[in-house]
Amino acid sequence: MGECYGRTGTVLHIDLTSGTATTEHPDEVVYERFLGGRGLAGYYLRPFADREYTNPRLPLLIFTGPLTGTNSPTSGRGTILSRSPLTGAVCDGSIGGGLPTRLKKAGYDGLVITGRAAAPCGIEINDSDVRVVETSLWGKDTDAVLYALEQRLPEDTSLACIGPAAENGSPLASVAVDHRHGGVRGGLGLVWAAKNLKYLTVRGTQEVRVHAPAALEEANEAIVRLTMASPVLMGGYGFSHLGTNALFDLINSRRMLPTDNFRKTHFNQGSEVNAAALAKLYKPRDHGCLGCHIRCRKIALDGRSLPGFETMAHFTANVGNADPEAAMEAADLCGRLGLDPISAASTLGCLREITGKDYTDKTLLSRLRAMAEGGDQAGGALSLARSCGRPEAAMTVKGLELPAFDPRGGYGLALAYAVSTRGGCHQRAYPISHEVLRKPVATDRFTFSGKARIIKLAEDTIAACDSMNACRLIFLAAGLEEYAKALTAVTGRDWSVQSLLEVGERTTVNERRMNAGNGFGAADDDLPERFFTEPGTSGGGVDVPPIDREEFLKARHNYYAVRGLDENGAPTAKTLQRLGLDR
Amino acid sequence: MKALCEKYAAKLAAQGLAPATGKDAPLVGGLDAELVWNRQDSRIDVLTGLFSRLSINSLVFVRPAEPYRTILDFLAARNPDGIRPEDTETRTFLHDIPVCPEFSTQAMAAELMRRKVIVVPGQGVVACGTVTPEQGFVSVSSAIFSTFVLFFSDYLNRARNITLDDDYIDIFSQVVRRLPEPRTDLPGFAPGPFTEEESVVTAMAEAGRKVVDFGLVDSFFGNISYKLDDTVYISQTGSSLDELEGCIDPCPMDGSTTNGLTASSELSAHEDVYRRSAYGCILHGHPKFSVIMSMDCDRDNCPNRGHCHVHCTECRTVDGVPIVPGEVGTGPTGLCHTLPPAMTQNGAAIVHGHGLFTAGKDDFNDPFARLMEIENRCRNLYFERLSQYV
Repeated sequence: MGECYGRTGTVLHIDLTSGTATTEHPDEVVYERFLGGRGLAGYYLRPFADREYTNPRLPLLIFTGPLTGTNSPTSGRGTILSRSPLTGAVCDGSIGGGLPTRLKKAGYDGLVITGRAAAPCGIEINDSDVRVVETSLWGKDTDAVLYALEQRLPEDTSLACIGPAAENGSPLASVAVDHRHGGVRGGLGLVWAAKNLKYLTVRGTQEVRVHAPAALEEANEAIVRLTMASPVLMGGYGFSHLGTNALFDLINSRRMLPTDNFRKTHFNQGSEVNAAALAKLYKPRDHGCLGCHIRCRKIALDGRSLPGFETMAHFTANVGNADPEAAMEAADLCGRLGLDPISAASTLGCLREITGKDYTDKTLLSRLRAMAEGGDQAGGALSLARSCGRPEAAMTVKGLELPAFDPRGGYGLALAYAVSTRGGCHQRAYPISHEVLRKPVATDRFTFSGKARIIKLAEDTIAACDSMNACRLIFLAAGLEEYAKALTAVTGRDWSVQSLLEVGERTTVNERRMNAGNGFGAADDDLPERFFTEPGTSGGGVDVPPIDREEFLKARHNYYAVRGLDENGAPTAKTLQRLGLDR
Repeated sequence: MKALCEKYAAKLAAQGLAPATGKDAPLVGGLDAELVWNRQDSRIDVLTGLFSRLSINSLVFVRPAEPYRTILDFLAARNPDGIRPEDTETRTFLHDIPVCPEFSTQAMAAELMRRKVIVVPGQGVVACGTVTPEQGFVSVSSAIFSTFVLFFSDYLNRARNITLDDDYIDIFSQVVRRLPEPRTDLPGFAPGPFTEEESVVTAMAEAGRKVVDFGLVDSFFGNISYKLDDTVYISQTGSSLDELEGCIDPCPMDGSTTNGLTASSELSAHEDVYRRSAYGCILHGHPKFSVIMSMDCDRDNCPNRGHCHVHCTECRTVDGVPIVPGEVGTGPTGLCHTLPPAMTQNGAAIVHGHGLFTAGKDDFNDPFARLMEIENRCRNLYFERLSQYV
């Protein structure tokens, strides 16, 4: 094996059934083809992708990328990936905080966690010392768990855990990483619970080797210069100053803010809950993941995290709530209960539509608590809507609740939602970048023209980003051109935009292949009927008609052709062969 | 997609960067499910091969009009390993411009798999994109602008240092002969003050069109703003100054909304100028000779040499118009820190290697006139300074 730069060359396998840990040194060709992060985790999931989440052999994968732990901008990211208990599809979460960096510095490119412990346990990693320990923390909320661990572990330890929602079997269960750096959707917290895994701690003290530090510094300067020139990231109204909730006014003014469970697309009380209102109310300080200069996390004076845009929008406009404190409490409660706030809020929006009953601040919170205790809404919007005989009220794709961007306001977004391998997710292709934020250039958001290839290329770009691992947000300013230079400097291998896009394509098609194997087809690459039959809320010079279904289907057909899929959305043999996925 | 291909081919021609018709007219290709071109040409076979080898959806090929063609070929021949622009904005977004030795699919793909724009000596400029042909249009336009600035800056430096060679002198003289005459006529804008949003937006759109028409900006870069009461109306980031309708953001100065998230990256600088002064509107363009003169400095031994665009501490001016350092945006070395105080005193300032800002009170007549006057003065000054050495 050649010298390891940007990677440790070691993957740690932990079998919770036996409590043993073993190391594996993947072949270089595996790293070349899948790189790290989401790509490499997908490689490890593939042989077991048809297992249910309750099957001990289904791996829970936590991976870093070659940039993780280096001083490349925003590289403190990692990936949690498995098969989603909520959707049955492949599902990943991009995680930040300090955990990915520390995992890499402990000497591991990734963790493959299998088996099921006989009793609730935690995994504690301190460089080469790996322990599976029984824990009495089961039943505690995430803050209690993390504070308890912080009391006895060194300060430079990163922590992740699940909360009561996972323990009680909710497929909306998330994972708390270094308190509020999780953002894990699709019920991946339930995979932890199924393994009786309550928490993970990681401390790493080694340095990640960089092949050409001076070249990396040059690449970093170019990346940072581009972010400084980005109004979205670093401008006076940008994420760096106001967090991602800076999107609230913009999305509302573009008439694409999901309101009343996507029955409307404009929230009249937006000014009461927008980023400026939150800044005035909570006077937050900046906080960021390790290795990030954007620092988009905002912490209120009382220590609570300010919700990001998707959470804030769904706990206000989408559930008919104009009280910012109620939304703050709801988001904080989701964090403590270990619930995915986007799915939880969307499910409550669905319930409100079905019952016709508005929430008070008290009932909003009590519903969330019930959800975490395994109540009627614990299964998510689709399960709830079906059980009520109102499946059309579930705003989901492949069973995953849609985030706070209405697809009638962006047709690239509509296509991206539909074809996303993990379901209702805008981050697989992030078309908001060009349809709203004008980056790298603006596109006409009310047309499908050209969008099939745009979405395919964006999916490949983001999959490459998730495999390096860098933060997706920085791609609103920098691009693969700059990151290829950084990656080349780190690894000593010659990376280009094109070779990174090939890794991204392989990653995405690998996920498509796993989903196809689990029965997903064209019928699942679709949107809720509402978006084709009901208009959004027009006004302010913006007309928001229903999406033309024929145009949508034509765009999806084009996407399948561009992506190398058959008419049912599965990769063709030729595509698999071209990407080396046929063996 | 075909309409977009035709649109950006026409814009390249309208800017004088390429002929509108004939064999050297721009070639723009776009690919969704099928590949389309704005026109037919024998070189399309080679260019089509790039779509097979690269993950792109659009491509622009331009054989530039004169004098840009001569400049590009000259610089490419002298810099076979790549041309490094020195103007700040192009350096930020393009970094450098690779030179591809031959017009073949294989050779060009090898360069374009890493970079968004390349120069093929004797052939032209090729740029690609993954979203729309606008990306290629911007890259080509920026490459042409930055090489023009580099060519004239380098010539003046060499003249000063007595390192000019005959070939450079000969090419320079050819280029200068082909320069268009400077414009001195003024467009005449609607008089202000404007008191409601509609007239503000109309006035801004008209000013934007004229900035482009008069060649005072490359591609679409630059920005325009107008202050109405306590709201700054400003062109959106990446908006085309000749197409500002629908691309102007109203940004309340009390920060009560974040609609300005899509506003120009220079919004903070504009706002600060308004806070510090009684000015009511600002124009920002990238007139070439203003940029060239902002970078001209004879202090070879200055410790900040090479970092002038962020670290210059000298009080430099062009006929009283201050030149300030500062990068695009709001970073610690951003022009948002340096431009407002300079603008407040003078109503105009040049940002080193970047462009020219001018302010007015009620309408765009004064700032436009000043923009043009300073650019013409910089052009004269360039040749005056050059005459001291050759």
